[in-house]
Amino acid sequence: MKKRKLKQASLIFMMVAIIAVLSGCSHQAMVFDPKGPVGVELRDLIVITTVLCAIILVPVLILTAWIVWRYRDKKGNKASYEPNWSHSTKLETIWWAIPIIIIGAIGIITVKYTYATDPAKPLKSDKEPITVQVTSLDWKWLFTYPKQGIATVNYLQIPEDTPIKFELTSDAPMNSFWIPQLGGQIYTMSGMAMTLYLQADEIGHYFGTGANFSGEHFADMTFDVNATSREDFDAFIATTKKVPTKLTKEGYDELALPGKSGVRYFSSIPDGLFEQIVTKYTKGQSVHSGHAASHSNETDKKETSMNQSGMNHGDMDHSQMHGAK
Amino acid sequence: MFDKIKDFASDFFVTGDPMILGAQVSIGLTLVAIVFVLTFFKKWGWLWREWLTSVDHKRIGIMYIICSILMLFRGGVDALLMRVQLAMPNSEFLQPEHYNQIFTTHGVIMILFMAMPLMFGLFNIVVPLQIGARDVAYPFLNSLSFWMFFWGAMLFNVSFIIGGSPDAGWLSYPPLSEMSHSPGVGEDFYIWGIQISGIGSLATGINFIVTILKMRTPGMNLMKMPMFTWSVFSSCIIIIFAFPILTVTLALLFLDRFLGAHFFTLDGGGNPMMYINLIWMWGHPEVYIVVLPAFGIFSEVVATFAKKRLFGYKSMVFAMLIISLFSFFTWAHHFFTMGSGADVNAFFAISTMLIAIPTGVKVFNWLFTMFRGKIQFTTPMLWTIAFIPCFIVGGMTGVLLSVAPADFQFHNSYFLIAHFHQVLIGGVAFGYFAGLYYWWPKMFGFRLNEHLGKWAFWLWNIGFYVCFMPQYFLGLDGMTRRTYTYSWDMGWGPLNIVSTVGGFLMGLAFLFQVWQIAHSIKFFKEHKVGSDPWDGRTLEWSIPSPAPIYNFAVLPKAEVADVVWEEKQGTVKKQPVPTTYEPIHMPKNSGIPFIMSAMWFFAGFGFVWGWMWLTIPALIGVAICMLARSFSYDTDYYIPAEEVKATEDAWRGVKV
Repeated sequence: MKKRKLKQASLIFMMVAIIAVLSGCSHQAMVFDPKGPVGVELRDLIVITTVLCAIILVPVLILTAWIVWRYRDKKGNKASYEPNWSHSTKLETIWWAIPIIIIGAIGIITVKYTYATDPAKPLKSDKEPITVQVTSLDWKWLFTYPKQGIATVNYLQIPEDTPIKFELTSDAPMNSFWIPQLGGQIYTMSGMAMTLYLQADEIGHYFGTGANFSGEHFADMTFDVNATSREDFDAFIATTKKVPTKLTKEGYDELALPGKSGVRYFSSIPDGLFEQIVTKYTKGQSVHSGHAASHSNETDKKETSMNQSGMNHGDMDHSQMHGAK
Repeated sequence: MFDKIKDFASDFFVTGDPMILGAQVSIGLTLVAIVFVLTFFKKWGWLWREWLTSVDHKRIGIMYIICSILMLFRGGVDALLMRVQLAMPNSEFLQPEHYNQIFTTHGVIMILFMAMPLMFGLFNIVVPLQIGARDVAYPFLNSLSFWMFFWGAMLFNVSFIIGGSPDAGWLSYPPLSEMSHSPGVGEDFYIWGIQISGIGSLATGINFIVTILKMRTPGMNLMKMPMFTWSVFSSCIIIIFAFPILTVTLALLFLDRFLGAHFFTLDGGGNPMMYINLIWMWGHPEVYIVVLPAFGIFSEVVATFAKKRLFGYKSMVFAMLIISLFSFFTWAHHFFTMGSGADVNAFFAISTMLIAIPTGVKVFNWLFTMFRGKIQFTTPMLWTIAFIPCFIVGGMTGVLLSVAPADFQFHNSYFLIAHFHQVLIGGVAFGYFAGLYYWWPKMFGFRLNEHLGKWAFWLWNIGFYVCFMPQYFLGLDGMTRRTYTYSWDMGWGPLNIVSTVGGFLMGLAFLFQVWQIAHSIKFFKEHKVGSDPWDGRTLEWSIPSPAPIYNFAVLPKAEVADVVWEEKQGTVKKQPVPTTYEPIHMPKNSGIPFIMSAMWFFAGFGFVWGWMWLTIPALIGVAICMLARSFSYDTDYYIPAEEVKATEDAWRGVKV
């Protein structure tokens, strides 16, 4: 009776598991289907570490099943029973050593990759990187192309095979900028500018999303990443430059108000908009530290100082200030 | 005048949602029913004298467990609502605001108001019995801890129908949780609910450290303590260092909200990143706080039902203490993507992975406790056996997450969600269920129905894998946590519907557990047990079930570990049946903890609404309670020797 129930239960379980696996395989998961060098590197890292973990995981799972079966309390089970056997220095040394070795290996690989894939490190390429400034707003993404002088909302177009230097900030609660097929995510935070290099190796549309909860319509903060040929990209810039809507300062303030937005294009952007967004929250501090807040109009090229070291935005503000002077 | 009242009421009560309206009505009806039943059966005095004012660790433990089961229901309903919303693309079952509230309360309730009290309940019931003590070190403080938790949890839960629930995530990152982005009262309910119950948790941590260090029975030195007691000890060490951080962090957030301070706002010189660091300095150790006692439970259960000594006792102790220490050096792995740079990320990646080493050793020790044993498949043991594969897979995905660069692809995705549910359900919930089934006979004197228990067990397990395995794939496919909807073209629909089915299987499993408890209570005579139903090993199995108020009539001698088991094996001499008894010194019940904590509730409620006319008198009430306690000298009494003798004789007569 009991056995039958067990069998029924495991049958149902198997069926559901099969459905789960099949539907999981109907298309390749994004992270395992990378379309750029960063994504490829991270996928490789995930595969390597998973294999290393599996080296210990699979035998332990088998061992567990075997022990539970072998030493079950059943009449006629002839397995040995040693109720007082509770210590073996040799065995315990072995299983302190196994995880130490595996974790040691994973640790070395992790450190190597941590430095190699530092998101702020420029990608190797013979092409000049294109800078895109990203601002997460409530609840939309603003992309500004400083060199091209255009801006888009919730739509990102990039040329293929070219490193893209993303500079990221937020004018709303912290979010996270993630294009799974191109590479890892990074937070967008007010008062600092982060740097992230990504590249698309193939023409195509990629899914981009906000990954850190930022309030009511957080789930609507997805965007299309359109990687095109260089010619199409240039054409896109040229057409966008001709659209009638310009992004003014007032227009930005309106855009920054909480609310959803569709895709939008702007043929021009105010000078130094991104830098102003980054520094707007640190005004109090610059006054506090005896500097005037007059730098906010500077459209300085000193963006390089606003990279990861900007964690401490106080420091960043200082370097900005000196750069501006 | 009437309009004013109407305006106020529409702010005060959450209105407009039929589901919440239904909940309000049912809460109201339940309250009326409780009051009616208590009045009709004239049980108010009984309730007050026997339960609300009790300082008996066993009763406090039972009250903790009842609350945690209710909270499991509430948190579980939250989970199912989320799963319904996510089952289909573009679903409009829940509005985004409502969804955000639900995932926030689900997280807070499951961690702080379900896992923590279930854990404290087991601490309370088991630790004094395992170490041969008559109560905890500070029984009055113990009662205060419970009522602080209770009223804190009530304050948090009341936001569901009054004022509106918090919706900024279970850790409430600023600036989302600041006035600028959450002007409602939800965040204040969050702050004060957690703050009040958090003080209770801190006090419990202190209480059990002192209990374990000072109250052990003669002969039981530290290295002869049962493993569960060791796990409680290591968990409490983390509590006393981690909870003050939480208290301070929430206090600063409250100052920001209430007085317009700028600790965590960028304008005015604060920094939200500071909050994120601080909250995780508590938040990460917190998960080890809840998982270590589960490790302790597994150690007890596996030795009992493999009929064999726990393998590698010293390794086990060392592993737990090292986890306690390391748990404080891993917090930044929750935000590798914050751009702290490669140095910081490398450090925290390594420190996080290191925890896998002692944890792995523990798994091997459990396995080799079963090796050359005689494994009995009782419900506590089933949960333990199911825990091992579940937890090592969850632990493995944890190691994957700790690989900092790879985390850039996992972070904030459903991969992360699947991982921490696997370790928290597979580790913590399975562990506490095992503990609950294991010690239930000791608590109430009857066993739970094993047949229904096995149904619940299988449904939980199947439901778990069906629910969370697909979520790993969803995360790798770009689905982010806290997203309330997704479009058809993402292709996430099929796996989500599978996941939802799994969620409901676990819901069904919970109903089986409730049925199991109700059924066992109804037929408790058939399930009645003596002092040692499982053929146990440690001191709690040497006294009656349920234990008498004083636990041990004569303090037992514990010259060896697993003393009860060794006595049964004949390796040590049986303790003689005492012929004479001495009067036993016991703490008196007190109503002050209940009243004082209720005062805190009102103070918190006043802070939430900015009603100083309520807060100030309530805080004065708190002060009066403290003074009253300071000046009350009549706090203890003696149980006469004859009464002890009568109780003991009666028990031994029945037993033989």
